[in-house]
Amino acid sequence: MKRTELFSRTLILFGIVLAVAMPLYFWNQTPLIHARIADDGGWNPDVIRAEAGKPLHLRLISDDVMHGFAVGQMDIDTVDVEPGKVTDITLTFDKPGIYTFYCTRWCGLNHWRMRGTIEVRGASSAEEIPSSIPLYVTLDLDIDALHDSPVIPSTRPSAINGQQSAMNLDIARISTSDFYKSHSPYQAFEELDSLPLTDSEKWDVVSVIWKSNTSTESLSDGKKLFAQNCAACHGENGAGDGVFADDLAAAGKDSMQTMNGAMKMSMQTPVDFTDPTRMLGSSPALLQGKVLRGGMGTGMPMWGSIFTEDQIWNLIAYLYSFQFEYEK
Amino acid sequence: MNRIELTRNPFLKSALKSRYPQLAVFIVMLIGYIFAILAGLIGTPVGSHNFSIVFVWIAWWAILILVAVPFFGRGWCAVCPIPLPGEWLQRGAVLAPPDKKPKWLNLRVPKMFRNIWMQNISFLLLALFSSVLLTTPNMTGIVLAGMLFAAIGLSMIFERRAFCRYLCPVGGFIGIYSQTAPIELRIKEKQICVTCEGKPCYNGSSAGYGCPWDVFPGGLTKNTYCGLCMECIRTCPHDNIAVNLRPFSADLAKPSTRIDEAFKAFIMLGSAMIYAAVLLGPWGTFKDAAYTVGTSAWFLYALLFLTIICGILPGFFALGILRTNSHTPIKQRFTSLSTALIPLGLMFWVAFSLSFVLTNASYIIAALSDPLGLGWNLFGTANAVWQPMLTTLLGPAQTLALVGGLIWSTRTAQKAASEVNVSSILVITYCFILTSIMLWLLL
Repeated sequence: MKRTELFSRTLILFGIVLAVAMPLYFWNQTPLIHARIADDGGWNPDVIRAEAGKPLHLRLISDDVMHGFAVGQMDIDTVDVEPGKVTDITLTFDKPGIYTFYCTRWCGLNHWRMRGTIEVRGASSAEEIPSSIPLYVTLDLDIDALHDSPVIPSTRPSAINGQQSAMNLDIARISTSDFYKSHSPYQAFEELDSLPLTDSEKWDVVSVIWKSNTSTESLSDGKKLFAQNCAACHGENGAGDGVFADDLAAAGKDSMQTMNGAMKMSMQTPVDFTDPTRMLGSSPALLQGKVLRGGMGTGMPMWGSIFTEDQIWNLIAYLYSFQFEYEK
Repeated sequence: MNRIELTRNPFLKSALKSRYPQLAVFIVMLIGYIFAILAGLIGTPVGSHNFSIVFVWIAWWAILILVAVPFFGRGWCAVCPIPLPGEWLQRGAVLAPPDKKPKWLNLRVPKMFRNIWMQNISFLLLALFSSVLLTTPNMTGIVLAGMLFAAIGLSMIFERRAFCRYLCPVGGFIGIYSQTAPIELRIKEKQICVTCEGKPCYNGSSAGYGCPWDVFPGGLTKNTYCGLCMECIRTCPHDNIAVNLRPFSADLAKPSTRIDEAFKAFIMLGSAMIYAAVLLGPWGTFKDAAYTVGTSAWFLYALLFLTIICGILPGFFALGILRTNSHTPIKQRFTSLSTALIPLGLMFWVAFSLSFVLTNASYIIAALSDPLGLGWNLFGTANAVWQPMLTTLLGPAQTLALVGGLIWSTRTAQKAASEVNVSSILVITYCFILTSIMLWLLL
């Protein structure tokens, strides 16, 4: 064989090996966390392992539409995960445990299913805070039962209108945080039964009590959480008419998973928070249960691993603002 | 017609005679092709950030349809990497002089397949899946790999470049449009070829291989099936092969006589129009139907696609031909007059391609730095923002291309009509109607 022929063959062989090996090598050396809409697999991988106190560097990429990344119960800025573009993020966990990461963009009908876990091992470098039992469990509430209010106001209760009446009443007992969290507005309304007020005035006083158990900052935080996580289904104004509401109704049972056939899930229309019958009969503890655990079998996701306790109370406080007028 | 013999330039001639410059280009192209396959298979599934989609369907397509075909005819075929591995295996060599013993089966392609019907079918098949193919790296990787393996397989069974000549979905339309290009490879003196012993340009010699495209250069009158591989320049013992610069459209003075080529003209014309409607138009229903392969909507789309291309367009054309008065057989009138659709089809594709190439060209800059979508930034351009280019020039350029194409096809129709002794008015009207539709679709 001529030297030129040999050289050409060697060069071609080298080129082909290079063209195959280089991308495969670098592809193998670049572990990415891929995001796809839940119907196409969600996060991949969806289980990540980390060491407490050591930085965890993640490289995220979307394989389809715009997604977002956040870790539940951690104070970090959410990041966008763009199609075909790698986003870098570094996390450090103070204490071991199982953390939930999730999509923060309304990427599709099953957006809320886009979740994964980060398993953090090692010694804790932060002060351990004992976890408390949720109030709805302590109160032994049946959060799946109906808790409708038998009476509803004829007009939207106003904390502004009720301020004057409330100042002249002894309502300290029913204004405490414990009472507020464990009672529905209707139950508070009943507590005012013996007072010489019209029904409308009583509802105004109830709205004053509910307002006194929150703050502008809490409402603002709740509003932000609602807009990011709830409005897609429940609607920007809480009326159960979010952008996915029609799709959820249309998808029906077929869109839902079953667990080995043991539990059929049936899609339900998202709850309307502007409905006074439902909201005035629901206590904050009841709503806490719904948010923490999710509406089993209804399509409502569980948020217990995502929101902190404070965030859940802030969110609940904001939900009542769909019933009560807190400011002009 | 005036021609300038480019191979009189000693530098160009020696560059074409030598195998090394071509081999260098081949190796680069083959590496790029294999990389495109891998990028499609393992890179990000987001098409706009994957080398396979960006460099094949945007960069390569732009170069092919806007530069290579109009100005160099089969210039792309001269450097295409797809047939190379098969050809090298078939020859048992890369550079070495041909071994007289045939490698592998070395069969002649059956006569019934020695036409471009298979190329028409392969193009239509790809066209039906194009919405998915053009946007899904995985599919692009599979198709590119499939073409490479098909070319290797055919080289093992048949002689010469059977894949390029009879199956390549791209080669068919490059061939008919190459007739318009201002570059040609032709013999200088016919008598030399007639008296040449052994016809080494076709049969091969110690200087090189017989024409891989199964063409006898002495009989070349059109660019259609000459792959510009330059093998005959190397093998001709009489230095009787030239590469010429010539006027555009020179081959179209001799109208086509083949029905497979006539249908290729309709296929290309119709698919450019359907692509303009589906890929660039505002009709979401069409887009969804074209994308959801396998659904009943897609089958309807496929039916409509094939009906327009294989039925309506040639049907109306044939009806027009039937109204012409001539003693020339109807088939000959049909094939001759369809020659007028070649420049029109080419300019339809130019106008259509301008639209999506200028819109998507900025993806090339980002994909250069991060070809697999792995977060690399090789040249610091990975974060380049998508930005449509030359948007103000797009409309005028498309109008110019389409109107220019109509004028060009009108001139071609007049020449073709005079060859078969009929009036060209119906063909010109046909071209005018289609151009009007295309203008409406694009502007």
